[in-house]
Amino acid sequence: MEDIFGIPAPLLFGQLLLGLINGAFYAMMSLGLAVIFGLLNIINFTHGAQFMMGAFAAWMLLEWAGLNYWWALLLVPIIIGFTGVVLERLMISRLYKLDHLYGLLLTFGLGLIIEGVFRNQFGSSGLPYRIPPELQGAWDLGFMFLPIYRGWVVIAALILCLATWLLIEKTRLGAYLRAATENAPLVQAFGVNVPRMVTLTYGFGVALAAIGGVLAAPIYSVNPQMGTNLIIVVFAVVVIGGMGSILGSIITGFGLGIVEGLTKVFYPEASATVIFVIMAIVLLARPAGLFGRA
Amino acid sequence: MTPTRRSLLTATVGATLMPALPRLGRAQAANTIRIGVLNDQSGVYRDISGPYGIECTKQAVQEFGDKGFAVEVISADHQNKPDVGANIARQWYDQGVDLIIDVPTSSVGLAVNNVAREKNKAYINTGSATSDLTGAQCSPNTVHWMYDTYMLAKSTGGAMVKAGGDSWFFITADYAFGHALERDTTNFVRAAGGKVNGSVKYPFPATSDFSSFLVQAQASRAKVIGLANAGADTVNSIKQAAEFGITRRGVKLAALLMFLPDVHAIGLQTAQGLVLTESFYWDLNDRTRAVTERLRPRLRDVKPNMASIANYSCTLHYLKAVADMGVAASKASGVDVVNRMKAMPCDDDAFGPGSIRADGRKLCPSYLFEVKSPAESKAPWDYYKLLQTTPAEEAFRPMNEGGCSLVRS
Repeated sequence: MEDIFGIPAPLLFGQLLLGLINGAFYAMMSLGLAVIFGLLNIINFTHGAQFMMGAFAAWMLLEWAGLNYWWALLLVPIIIGFTGVVLERLMISRLYKLDHLYGLLLTFGLGLIIEGVFRNQFGSSGLPYRIPPELQGAWDLGFMFLPIYRGWVVIAALILCLATWLLIEKTRLGAYLRAATENAPLVQAFGVNVPRMVTLTYGFGVALAAIGGVLAAPIYSVNPQMGTNLIIVVFAVVVIGGMGSILGSIITGFGLGIVEGLTKVFYPEASATVIFVIMAIVLLARPAGLFGRA
Repeated sequence: MTPTRRSLLTATVGATLMPALPRLGRAQAANTIRIGVLNDQSGVYRDISGPYGIECTKQAVQEFGDKGFAVEVISADHQNKPDVGANIARQWYDQGVDLIIDVPTSSVGLAVNNVAREKNKAYINTGSATSDLTGAQCSPNTVHWMYDTYMLAKSTGGAMVKAGGDSWFFITADYAFGHALERDTTNFVRAAGGKVNGSVKYPFPATSDFSSFLVQAQASRAKVIGLANAGADTVNSIKQAAEFGITRRGVKLAALLMFLPDVHAIGLQTAQGLVLTESFYWDLNDRTRAVTERLRPRLRDVKPNMASIANYSCTLHYLKAVADMGVAASKASGVDVVNRMKAMPCDDDAFGPGSIRADGRKLCPSYLFEVKSPAESKAPWDYYKLLQTTPAEEAFRPMNEGGCSLVRS
């Protein structure tokens, strides 16, 4: 068995793979944040709560309606995305003319309220959600034992990220979106309904978080604080990638997952801090982020 | 420490959210015993005690009845942060709270320990596990109620080594509790001739993915993975160990601290076969079933576990001591009340007969349980079968080994 930096090679490969899996969640979450920030100029701090709502919605569909994982994967983004649309229409849309800070405070507060309501209702130790039977079991890769479900998460996340990127960069709708980001009044003058597009974009970003929640439900316990643990890290990922950069948030998400995975081998005590250290360094060297335009 | 949303809030809102105490008239206040339940009401340890611990305390007050003085129960959320917990404790004691109970999260439990001593008030810790509370950091103002890391290590750790688990790898929450639990278990493993292959300390409470640590543990070729953590962390560790097929490959998981609500959250399908230690189980005997039945209107669908019901048990004992020595004398000195509690034998439906040692250790038997399989479980919350009982005198660390200054003097 060969050693790399004093760590057996199989263990290291295993950790790289696990890092990639966590990176998949970071990428999916930061993608939603980036899409929302790009068009709405809102830093959506409710994102973690919406991720959690996605997981809970999957649990409710299973327990209360008897709908399995695959139905959840289809229905939850629609349901939670719709709550996002309502939220945008009722509250967030009133803040576009104001400073960023107001949007941040509103979404932050909403996130706390939603989390509190769920904790009051369901407690803190979480609810069990089983891995769907089709994805149970594991592959033996030689250097490690990879649960099929985790492999599925990486593939699903890659497909989602790629599809979102294509949608925004390569389609006409995406072109409208990007144009509206640059100059909304001009796009509106061409007859595009910008406010509706903005609303739907927020709903789309929220739906991405909800899918993340469904994917996470079988891995973590479905509990109200599951989003809290994630949102600050994901926010750091978005900052490192460059605010509003789609490709940046995808690549940074996966990359930082790997960095964090390696930290868990070499110095586990720092695994929760390493991303913020990188964020500080990136902000000093490239304030606009790795992929952002200054 | 990683900034989380909650820690951001703590800095700004924490001070303003401090629980306001109702202002009582002076004469009335002199004849009112105030008990503050300080625990986690919003984080990973909420379901272990939290609102249920408060209800159990109120039940004790109700059962104690009117002995010529009033009893008031107040509560607050310490958010698992030592600074928040110590601040609330200081404010409470200054405003006339006579006793603080519960206080899970060992780092917070130790912080409040210092405040109680400084203010000469009474403090009964039921939630923290660290055995340092009756060891190096013992205090004449403090009683430690129904468990500690030594008792868990001896019962669960001892049983695992005896069953052939002679090489260990620890996954440890990186704070006072995790360190104490790992240390105490290591001692038992080594004393029994086993060895420790390694350990990882992970950031608490910012970790929810344990797969990396589990794979490291597996690579160490240890026969037993010791989980020196609690609450949602233990739940996630066990779920993910099942996912990675670790238990199917013959590696045993030692959940060194697990409570009934954790088993509930994992589900019997995944939790079956785990062994764990508690000093209370609702379905243990007629007395535990009786007290559980009395608590039902307060706890509804939830069954009490050793942490929540310890609040019931310790409140009853404290109130008996107060009734014995008088309200004025108990208010005057925390050390005196605690000494009176130590002099009186304990007995209640939850933990049965027991006593409190000079170092503040409450003695009660510890029970080693195995989690039932879904087929064995007949009803909701029917989760444990009893494997082994360690009598009260043997369950805890011998007094002369703890290094408590109260014992030497």
